[in-house]
Amino acid sequence: MRQLITLHVNDERREVAVLPHHTLLEVLREDMGLIGTKHGCELGECGACTVLLDGMPVLSCLTLPLEVQESAITTIEGLEQNGKLHPLQETFAELGAAQCGYCTPGMLLSGVALLQAHPHPTREQMKEYLAGNLCRCTGYTKIYEAVEAAAQRMSGADAQAVHPEVEEYHG
Amino acid sequence: MAKPAQDQQQKTHTYKIIGTPRPKVDAYAKVTGRALYADDIMLPRMLFGRLLRSPHAHARILSIDTSRALALPGVLAVITGADLPQKYGILPSSQDEYALAIDKVRYVGDPVAAVAALDPDILDEAIKLIDVEYEILPAIMSIDEALAHPEVKINDEARIGNIHKAVSYEFGEVDAAFAAADYIREDWFYYEGNNHAPIEAHACVAQWEPNPSDPVGGKLTLWSSTQTPHYVHRELSKVLGIPQSHIRVIAPNVGGGFGGKSDPFSHEICASELSRRTGRPVKITCTREEVFLIHRGRHPVKMWIRTGVRRDGTLTAMHFRSFLDGGAYGSYGIATTYYTGALQTVTYKLPCYKFEGMRLFTNKPPCGPKRGHGTTQPRYAVEAHLDKLAHDLGIDPVELRHRNLIDPYTYTVNGLRITSCALGECLDQVVERSGWHEFHANKSAATANLHASNGNSQQRPTIKRGLGLAASAYICGAGKPIYWNDLPHSAVQIRLDRGGGVTVYCGATDIGQGSTSILAYIVAEELGIQPERIHLETADTTLTPVDLGSYSSRVTFMAGNAAIAAARKLKEQLFEVASERLQVHLERLQAANDVIYDEHDPGVALPFEHAVQFAEARFGALVAAGSYAPPEGIHGDYKGAGVGPSPAYSYSTCVAQVAVDEETGELVVEKLWLAHDVGQSINPLLVAGQVEGGAYMGCGEAVMEQQIFRKGRHKIPSLLDYKLATTLDTPEIETILVEIPDREGPFGGKEAGQGPLNPVIPAIANAVYDAVGVRIDEVPITSDKVFRALKNLAQGKGAELQPMPTEAPSPWPTRLITWQSNGSQVADQSKTNQVPVQGGVS
Repeated sequence: MRQLITLHVNDERREVAVLPHHTLLEVLREDMGLIGTKHGCELGECGACTVLLDGMPVLSCLTLPLEVQESAITTIEGLEQNGKLHPLQETFAELGAAQCGYCTPGMLLSGVALLQAHPHPTREQMKEYLAGNLCRCTGYTKIYEAVEAAAQRMSGADAQAVHPEVEEYHG
Repeated sequence: MAKPAQDQQQKTHTYKIIGTPRPKVDAYAKVTGRALYADDIMLPRMLFGRLLRSPHAHARILSIDTSRALALPGVLAVITGADLPQKYGILPSSQDEYALAIDKVRYVGDPVAAVAALDPDILDEAIKLIDVEYEILPAIMSIDEALAHPEVKINDEARIGNIHKAVSYEFGEVDAAFAAADYIREDWFYYEGNNHAPIEAHACVAQWEPNPSDPVGGKLTLWSSTQTPHYVHRELSKVLGIPQSHIRVIAPNVGGGFGGKSDPFSHEICASELSRRTGRPVKITCTREEVFLIHRGRHPVKMWIRTGVRRDGTLTAMHFRSFLDGGAYGSYGIATTYYTGALQTVTYKLPCYKFEGMRLFTNKPPCGPKRGHGTTQPRYAVEAHLDKLAHDLGIDPVELRHRNLIDPYTYTVNGLRITSCALGECLDQVVERSGWHEFHANKSAATANLHASNGNSQQRPTIKRGLGLAASAYICGAGKPIYWNDLPHSAVQIRLDRGGGVTVYCGATDIGQGSTSILAYIVAEELGIQPERIHLETADTTLTPVDLGSYSSRVTFMAGNAAIAAARKLKEQLFEVASERLQVHLERLQAANDVIYDEHDPGVALPFEHAVQFAEARFGALVAAGSYAPPEGIHGDYKGAGVGPSPAYSYSTCVAQVAVDEETGELVVEKLWLAHDVGQSINPLLVAGQVEGGAYMGCGEAVMEQQIFRKGRHKIPSLLDYKLATTLDTPEIETILVEIPDREGPFGGKEAGQGPLNPVIPAIANAVYDAVGVRIDEVPITSDKVFRALKNLAQGKGAELQPMPTEAPSPWPTRLITWQSNGSQVADQSKTNQVPVQGGVS
């Protein structure tokens, strides 16, 4: 039996009728058409389905929508603000950090959370923070370079972290 | 058809687009979540499908009863093997698969039935309601078991026992060369094999559109995460009995392939048949476990090598044997078997060479092509073997390789034509950048740890560091198509719109490597326009001319040359009208930045849009096509010579730095230096990305990824247990691109997608020896094996951890083919690497 719930996704309040046992991943993709969130394993192993829950990266394949009705959910579709890409999206594109692109949405959301936690992350901090997101194409090198370039780009006006006290998340 | 250019312009050319880093054409779609992959496609009234797979490694099917599943509300169709009785397979010589098993299942995961239902939850129930009665048969789970038990016949394709394919070649007088050698060494190696593990699991959506007025009954469209829409097109037609004219196969964005999406698959055929039966679209998305089961991954290969050398390290003869564990079906396996032997001659000069290869059927998921297809395993073996030879002879491993480098523009002993080759430059680069000589000088002075640590690891006294080196070569596209014919391997059409729009159509399939972007850059360079202006239609068997697919590292070379050929035809038309309008001689015209202009007076110029309109007024609709097939005369004239030839070869070298804890065996790969001879980067950003990705994947294969089976089952078919390298496991990778243009490559370009993986594995193996003095002659080189080898060494049991030798059948179960060049293959001494050239086709 479907249940009517309210989700706050990408600054939009949405009422959705969901099957209670369906995961946030399934509901985002199948009930809400937000197919930018990908699935690679549906068992919490690959990180492709990462979304932000109040700024914290979570695996949407292990999250039940009923439990996150009070939270602000950010998917890849919500990273762009007022028609402007997030600096990390820009640098991912410019520096070749997305090859096949399938891990990219999850990697970007983890990367955005990383930059909130560490506005100028070291390589070691990047490795710790992104360890839960598997990428099979890049060898991670271009991803690190994109994070570094975004950190530089963000150190201007928008350097203030929205969620300054985000804990380390090790995927 | 385009012919390779022999005498290109000698003037140095400044490219506007080629060689410049720029974002991929699909980069912004991918970073915003807009890029559509097969599983993202949702169609009205779409059903969901799933396959019931065998729980047994080897069993006879006694009965299948689908009635209970069919009776479940929400189930619309159930099919079994009897519904799709036509055999298929990627190779014409291995037509041994059924979409759904008939009579027998041959591995855990072999599909038995397929269901279509309203939603995935109903599928969960329906699958359980299909009753299959099996009679369990003995299961063969290894190369040695397959040889020892010919009476357990797995697959009827095997003529003798479980031997799927055996090959045997001798080039030159091998026995005499061994007899004359100063020193001979023999070794056994084993490569366990692994899965591609792309992050996107295989998925497809099939849509049958009935048309009662059409004798065929309708048309089928299949969207699938495939690297080879062309071959899926062929096999769908064969199994479904629908003419190719009525089937459209589209590869949308593909979330990684690495070879794992190169076969036509059961789920693609079943989704299509279920759609035909229900009249509704059907989607099948594989689970991660299914990706491990349908596999087509790297073959486990056991290898034996015997090499003769002179005292100075010059190679005089090699005898190489490979035993491949093919799993239950043929897949690309015949080609893989040849590939385990064919390219040994392309890296170093071998005056004579003997190769015997054999592929065996086992009751395991079918193996196929993975990045480096069939050459990765022998490359590991040969490079580790040569390292041992170098140490036996007291020659520096760098020097041993330098003394044997293949020369550019020559032929190998097995008749393969070599064109450009920058292997020596690659070798010098990694040796210099890694500080190879300083490291070893310091190591002799017992201060290596301090020198090598680079501050990136702990300084426990038990940790020893080592550097290892290896070299490799790889094809830039298979010289022969899978179905031998005279048709182009790749074709490109370009249409110019009177509004200035440019649309490029090509069957090439972008699996993340950037092939669609490459088309844009090449056409933009030729026409003198911005690549962003170009619309690209790719990988669609209805809209786009055939490109054979994203395998064998062929796309940049072949589709790139086809794109140049098509663009030049249009450029001629544009220049003809521009020459008249501007009153400038044709030879003085240039095209760049969206204008055609006089190179002596750039102010005299015609905007691209105007030129297009004048040309359309003159010639009618502006459409041009170009196509490419590899040249003739690039291989010998013996049976089996079709695997190995390529219009060009890329070259790679790698130095690996490892740290090994002598107490625990813990192995950490700390850094990889990788130099790659790419001819000319079309976009260096993408080339570096391919090199880094290859290095990463090779490193994971070398030290982590295990393909283990227990009681007939894949033991770890999940991304948690199957160890893929995360950010924390991946070493720093330093990429060095070596650019000496190839005469026939597009703008001189060569492949980068597969070759750079190959030297990584042996470089790591050799580094382990350099660090702690043990040889692990089995991949993966896991810490427990290092620990075991160190213990053996301490107990005086030798430094080598070698696999159990496989007893070769005597005589080898196939006729020996001997071949020597009849002299028609003559090295062209006038051609050296030194002349920079432009373009790839005349």
